[in-house]
Amino acid sequence: MSKILIIGQQADGKLSSSIAKVVTAAKLIGGDIEVAVFAKDGSAAAAEAAKLDGVTKVLQIDRPENDHGLAAVLAPQVVELAKKGYTHVFAPGTTFGKDLLPRVAAKLGVQQVSDVMAVHGPTSFDRPIYAGNAIVTVEAPAAPAVVATIRLASFSAVGSSGAAPVEKTSIDVALPTHTRFIKLEAQKSERPELQSATRVVSGGRALGSSENFKVIYDLADKLKAGVGASRAAVDSGYVPNDMQVGQTGKIIAPELYFAIGISGAIQHLAGIKDARTIVAINKDAEAPIFEVADFGLVADLFTAVPEMTSKL
Amino acid sequence: MKALVSVKRVVDYNVRIQVKPDGSGVVTEGVKFSVNPFDEIAMEEAVRLKEKGKITEIIAVTIGGAKCEETLRTALAFGADRAVHVKEEGEIQPLTAAQALAAVFKKEGANLFLLGKQAIDDDANQTGQMVAALLDLPQATFASKVELEATKATVTREVDAGLETLEIDLPAIITADLRLNEPRYLKLPDIMKAKKKPIEAVSLADLGITAGAGLKATKTAAPPKRSKGIVVKTVDDLIAALKGKGLI
Repeated sequence: MSKILIIGQQADGKLSSSIAKVVTAAKLIGGDIEVAVFAKDGSAAAAEAAKLDGVTKVLQIDRPENDHGLAAVLAPQVVELAKKGYTHVFAPGTTFGKDLLPRVAAKLGVQQVSDVMAVHGPTSFDRPIYAGNAIVTVEAPAAPAVVATIRLASFSAVGSSGAAPVEKTSIDVALPTHTRFIKLEAQKSERPELQSATRVVSGGRALGSSENFKVIYDLADKLKAGVGASRAAVDSGYVPNDMQVGQTGKIIAPELYFAIGISGAIQHLAGIKDARTIVAINKDAEAPIFEVADFGLVADLFTAVPEMTSKL
Repeated sequence: MKALVSVKRVVDYNVRIQVKPDGSGVVTEGVKFSVNPFDEIAMEEAVRLKEKGKITEIIAVTIGGAKCEETLRTALAFGADRAVHVKEEGEIQPLTAAQALAAVFKKEGANLFLLGKQAIDDDANQTGQMVAALLDLPQATFASKVELEATKATVTREVDAGLETLEIDLPAIITADLRLNEPRYLKLPDIMKAKKKPIEAVSLADLGITAGAGLKATKTAAPPKRSKGIVVKTVDDLIAALKGKGLI
């Protein structure tokens, strides 16, 4: 039977919402599902993890060094833990999981499976390659363990009506001091963060200037949405490049996506493939974006978008 | 200070990826190949650090078949002083690549290893972290800013929550994210000069590495196509449609 270890990402003692999605992927394999919380004081995060449906046990590993979730510090502890009969080690496909898990896999001597998007069995998974332009099914060696990061856009979250036991434990292993946390500057925007927003409004080259982007911000604020942009809008200097959605920018999967004044180049479509619903507003009825949009409106954005904002 | 930079030959990012009809992979015959864009950023960073006098020698390294020589020539044109070509015609997965790169890093006695955060073909995002693990060295992944001193580096990382700053002791591994820099355009004299720079060939066996089991690809498929939706006439119709679906 499978025994799955999930690395319970936390920040400031709070469990990451990604873990509820990783549990969904783990449940598709079945067996015991244990969440390990590494923190300075992981009590609150462990309690949250214990409620997730399907979790059979939570391990709480408190240590001052675990405070900032540094890969070099966590990896030796995860490796020690993983050797205790686990068949799988899973982490979320966040920057935290992507930083940490290959370090664990290398120490265990196994090839990691990155960005699992479908589970076919204990060792068979789908993962995206070429920015999601192809999907490969891979068979991972079962021994010593399957090590994988889980692509969050592909799994929904489990409920939280469970009550798994929390076990405080310690892992006796020497930790390196060669990596030191200095600071974290959180994104200051009042708007939802692009990658986790359930709604995103993006503008393209047709906006014409950074001043004109105001119509995009206004609609986004009305919808409580994050704001993105096409590469063309970024290259034209209308918005900073951390707003770029697409293959070389951010790959997102919101519930609702507005592509406004965006023609729909391959590079942009690669970044929004997994959006649940795509709405396109564009003056050009022939724009490729209409080929993938669930709802299209052929209109001048400078009249349609303010009208929409005022009517919502 | 010696820096090692690894570069991977990948299908160019502008190529429209076609999955082979028999599901055995993607079409790589007759398509344009380039240096992995993230590795190019890593190379540019190394060159800038050398221009600032922080690095004395840049060694480019790649793993792959004969065609990867052009990848190394590009790296040499950027400003690498010499190159190491780990020759292997077969498929290389990240763990094997990391073992080979770790061996080269040790052999060269380098102090800094720069590489892209991921390659845009397999999108694995593993190699840098694995090299760091195998050598028990610090890692700073997804770097958007690097400040190098004699015995340590301060690195700003692009993480989900914002920008994280780490201080790491050297030797160390740093993986480059998109915003670290904008690679320069190569000039003809540099491309000519690169042709005369030395490339040393080694095999995995020379480095004492045997490729492990790894993942077995059983099928490659195109992603599901989105179907075309409906076109509405007015803003009111659009709002009604979205409300009807419970989306707003």
